[in-house]
Amino acid sequence: MKRICLAALLLMNTVAFAQPAQSEFKPVTEIPASEQLASAPLVIAAYAFVWLAFVFYAWTMWRKLGKVEQELQTLSAQIVNKRP
Amino acid sequence: MRKAVVPLLAAAGFIFMTAPIVIARARYESTMGLVQKIFYFHMPPAMLMLLSAIFCGIVSAIFLINRRPIYDWIAFAAAELTVLYGAMAMVTGPLWARKAWGVWWVWDARLTMSLLMWMVFVSYLLLRRYGGPGSETLAAGLALFGMATAPFVYLSVNIWRTIHPLTSVVPTLPVDFAFALWYSFAGFLLMYIALMMLRMTIERQRTMLDYLYLESEE
Amino acid sequence: MSAFWRVVWIVARKDLAIEARSRELLNTTIFFALSCVIVFSVSFVGEGGDGRALGDAAAGILWVAIAFSGTLALGRTFERERYGDTLRALLLAPGARAAVYVGKLVGIVALLVATEAVIVPLVALLFQARLGDHLLLISALLLFGTVGFATVGTLFAAMLARARSRDVLLPILLYPVTIPVMIAGVRGTAALLAAEPQLDMARLWVMMLLAFDVVFVTLSLWTFEALMTE
Repeated sequence: MKRICLAALLLMNTVAFAQPAQSEFKPVTEIPASEQLASAPLVIAAYAFVWLAFVFYAWTMWRKLGKVEQELQTLSAQIVNKRP
Repeated sequence: MRKAVVPLLAAAGFIFMTAPIVIARARYESTMGLVQKIFYFHMPPAMLMLLSAIFCGIVSAIFLINRRPIYDWIAFAAAELTVLYGAMAMVTGPLWARKAWGVWWVWDARLTMSLLMWMVFVSYLLLRRYGGPGSETLAAGLALFGMATAPFVYLSVNIWRTIHPLTSVVPTLPVDFAFALWYSFAGFLLMYIALMMLRMTIERQRTMLDYLYLESEE
Repeated sequence: MSAFWRVVWIVARKDLAIEARSRELLNTTIFFALSCVIVFSVSFVGEGGDGRALGDAAAGILWVAIAFSGTLALGRTFERERYGDTLRALLLAPGARAAVYVGKLVGIVALLVATEAVIVPLVALLFQARLGDHLLLISALLLFGTVGFATVGTLFAAMLARARSRDVLLPILLYPVTIPVMIAGVRGTAALLAAEPQLDMARLWVMMLLAFDVVFVTLSLWTFEALMTE
């Protein structure tokens, strides 16, 4: 495992240093549309997070409720059986 | 109480399914365009986080006075929901800010105070989980301090010069914006009530469970 | 009313007497604060030149050292009470519980003020910060800030004294609530340490700290009774 990691590390570094370096900065007056921040992913991410958070919380709570009720039932059954 | 949960969840679910349609029908905002639509899912959880924190504080104070367990259950549920809604506000906010302000986060008064209030309630949950016996009382005291920060969170935009929109924005919204906002708010509110009931039921069953365990050992 | 202050004085005097004899808390807290300042100084001082701290780091370092050493001192104070099992005795004593709280608060504030008396000159020295220029304002900032921090800290430390995981829970509970006090303290100190000291800003932050103190002391006095009944 360790050897694989070492090999991967060496490979990464070789590839990185093999790229030609940038020789100068080129100024630009208007950012092309591909570089501007798109709104749609942000909006979608925001809505998705809210929905997922609700689903996650509700589902976790529902499962907890199920577990607690099951324990209650087993325990009640035990008590009923113990009583003569 | 359990019986009311399902219809409430259904109602809330319906609102959330249809909210995008309502929101899409609201016009675009002039300076921010599409990204302003996040507002309809950012302001309601933020507002409800604030109200939930105040509610938790009030119920905790009542619990400290009369020590009846039901108030403890409500306070615990309210604190959890404060953290949940706070997380929603804290995630949707930066996603909006990235486009509108150019940065994910600034340390202005509104954002800082909101984060701190959220952290107080996270520490409430940590205390309940790891504090051992007697932590209900201690947590109730902590909730009071959390509630004390709430006015600062709300008024911070009006007192300090911040980059966050002022509280005067909401009362002066155009009709289609306002309708979409309050429609979403209704959804979040119904969800809050439904989740609160669910959570309280769990706490009540747990308390009954502890009581039965004690009885079964006799 | 005077019965209240008599209890406060008795409790405070007990703590100070114990400290005067062993000086355990005083020495360890001061040395810890010194270490804090040095560790942060190493991290935040810029390279080369006159070694000036980056931006407002001097103010920040001072208050962080106060917060950290304060947290330790609070934990140790109530650990001592718990170890000697004197907490229950204190609570059973006749007289208002709130007076016991204020008594402990006075002890903690005294300890922190003594610590600050050592680290404030040190910070001034390390960062060429002219803290002596506006002595009154700096003292007001430090005093009100310390009282605000110690008020909430004493309440939380007392209520956690018998809880599980109390060592780690104290900072977890304390810091979010007291960060506003820290912010006001740091901003006020930074305003005074700026190249052109902004006295108006500093006074504003002093007022804000005073407001926090009033809110926290009131809240703590109300809740101490309810929180300590066991």
